[in-house]
This record gives sequence, structure tokens and C-alpha cells, in this order.
Amino acid sequence: MAMTIHVDIVSAEKSIFSGNAEMVFAPAVMGEVGVLPRHAPLLTRLRPGEVRVKLAGGEEEYFYVSGGILEIQPHMVTVLADTAARAHDLDEAAAQEAKLRAEEALKDQKSEINYARAQVELAEAVAQLNALKRLKKKGQ
Amino acid sequence: MAVGKEIRTKIKSVQSTRKITRAMEMVAASKMRRAQEQMAAARPYAMKMRNVISHLAHAHPEYKHPYLQQGREVKRVGYIIVTSDRGLCGGLNNNLFKISLASMKEWSNKGVQIDACAIGQKALSFFRRVGGNVRSQVTHLGDRPRIEKLIGTVKVMLDEYNEGKIDRLFVVSNVFVNTMTQQPTVEQLLPIKAQSLDATMQHHWDYMYEPEAKEVLDVLMTRYIESLVYQGVVENLACEMAARMVAMKSASENAGSAIHELKLKYNKARQAAITQEISEVVSGAAAVS
Repeated sequence: MAMTIHVDIVSAEKSIFSGNAEMVFAPAVMGEVGVLPRHAPLLTRLRPGEVRVKLAGGEEEYFYVSGGILEIQPHMVTVLADTAARAHDLDEAAAQEAKLRAEEALKDQKSEINYARAQVELAEAVAQLNALKRLKKKGQ
Repeated sequence: MAVGKEIRTKIKSVQSTRKITRAMEMVAASKMRRAQEQMAAARPYAMKMRNVISHLAHAHPEYKHPYLQQGREVKRVGYIIVTSDRGLCGGLNNNLFKISLASMKEWSNKGVQIDACAIGQKALSFFRRVGGNVRSQVTHLGDRPRIEKLIGTVKVMLDEYNEGKIDRLFVVSNVFVNTMTQQPTVEQLLPIKAQSLDATMQHHWDYMYEPEAKEVLDVLMTRYIESLVYQGVVENLACEMAARMVAMKSASENAGSAIHELKLKYNKARQAAITQEISEVVSGAAAVS
């Protein structure tokens, strides 16, 4: 029987594939790589493309990834796939937007945390909850 | 007969409230299951990343990433506060605010400045009320939070760390223990603690990097932090649903006992009215004969 290598394809939101394969092809940034068992340890970024997994029986499975990271160890391949289209500019734009949203939402407020006020407010909420609890105990 | 009209309306209104709380309880229960599944689905990614990073931390790479370097002097810290968008979930958010305030106060007593990042409507309105330097925010992540929505928000904080504006980054979120228990926790994201990476590596080896160690590691570290925050969000969602389920369950029970009491009152009033009427009829008849 041919040697196999363990393959995991995971994204932040779910696990996509896990199993043994004879060979794995992945679209690395420097060009497509084919990984056989006992490959030297390698860490590389992926560009959008297809990850092909050649299963032990000779069947092939295809997975589309929109980028991510490929980790190779002699007996293990891990594809950490991105779920979203990622690029430096896109990320930057998203960050700007998040900042703007924060500025917009909190336009006219002090940047110092008013601890006294916060504590009073929390104490009130806790008192309300405790009152509810007591009410419930009395009812039983 | 107009006996106990007000009581009857009151019973009706409590009954319809109970209908709502019951429905909310059931909705929360099914959403909780889904959130738990999502939580479990998000785990492998973070675990694999942690493996890779722990390899890195022990592999003596030629390039030490700033996220792994400990012992920067602390002048300013960042907090990512993860809360729910909606209320009616018991003391969930309040407990979270309490623990974050305690932790923030500790820093500010040492003269350290604080930057915050709000995830969820409740966190935002909390900072709006009590003040605070909120650098970024995101709300309305919905029942199926997507990581895309978090990227920008987290990047703001990561950029601040990269630029040296903040020297520590924490995430505060609820940890799902079980349906009845949610534990608010403060976790340090940056610098990545060496203890949180298991030290099982004995021999020293390093990866080959393509294209360059720095570039690959930058991406890897960013993704890792993002995945941790994402996990916090998903877990917090499961907590929210569990807390809401419990809160609504007890609300339904309270409504039940309120209805019971009101019914008792109503019946007493009705009986009193009947007794009075009979005694009136009897005394009337006695007067005639």
C-alpha cells in the first residue's frame, strides 16, 4: 500500500476535510505545490485557487480556498483556509470603516471612563436581578 | 355580571405575556444548539493554528514576531469587549461589564491608559453611557456571526499594537460552561502567552518559509488573533442564548404563579358576590312573608 499523509482542511468557521491522502496539491503564492508524504516542513501562504486531495484509492477531491496558509510536516498537511476574500487594501478599508463607526456612534463623549457612574449603574442592575430572584423564591 | 372585570383583564394580559416568554424560551433553546454547533466547528481552526504557532515559538526561527515578544513596558492597554446585541438575557452582560471594569480599573490605578473595542450593541451603549476611548466597534452580527465582519474591527486594535500605541490586548467575553453557567473571563491576546502554547517540542527544527518568514508569520498571527476573537463571539452567542433561555423559563414560571394568584383572587371575589346576592334575595323574601 502506498504511503499516505494526513490532511486537514479547516476554516475559521468550520472543518472542511480531514483524512488521509496520497498526495496533495495546493496553490501556494510562489506557485502550485504538490505534497507527498515525508515532505520537509514548510509554511507558506496560499493564493485563491483549488486544493486537490488525491485520496488513497486514487480518487481526487477538490476544495476551493480564497487564500490562507499551508503548513506541511512530514506526516501532516494542514490547510488553514480563509473564508473571506482577503487583501491588504480590503482589510485596511474594513478597519477604517470600523473606526468611523466607533467615532460616529460615540461622537460627543469623554474618553475617560467614569468608573463611579459605571459602578452605580451596575449595582442598580444587580439589585434588580436580586429582587427578581427573591420574588421568585417567595412565589414558590 | 361585572364582578372582577379588572382581574380578568389582568389575567389575560399576564397569559399573553407568558405566551411570549414561552416562545422566546423555545427560540433561544434552538438557537443555542446552533450556536454550540458553530462553537464546536470553529474550534479545529484555532487549535491547528495554536499548534503551528507553538511549533514556531519553539523552533527558534530567525525572525521573532512582535506578537510573541514578552515584556513590553505597559503604557496603554486595549480591551475587546464582546457582548450581545439584545437584552432579556439575565445578568449576562452586566456580569461581563463588572469583570471588565474591575480589570480596567486595576490598570488605570497603575496609570495605564485604556483603549476599548466594542463588539455588540450592549457594549457600545455601555461605553456611550459611562465614557471610554472606543477605537472601533461592530454590532448586529446576527445569529450566525461571520468572520468577515470582525476583520476590520480587530485590525484596528492589531494596528495599534503594531504601532506601539497599545502594549497589551485583552478580550473579555463569556465562556460557555453549561446551560446554567456562563463564566465571564478576561483573556490576554497580545502578546501571545508562552504558557498557552504547549511545550511538547523537544528537538529544534524550523520550517522553510515561502515567500519569507516575516510575511507568512504576519498573516498567521493576524489570523490567529482573529480566530480567537471570532471564537469569543460565537461562544458569547451560545452564552447569550443559554442565558436568555433560562431567564425566559423563569419568567414563564413567574407568570404562571402570578396567574394562579390572580385566579384565586378572582374566584374569591366571584364567590363573595354570589353570597351577597343570595343573602339579599333571602332577606328580601323574609321581609315580604
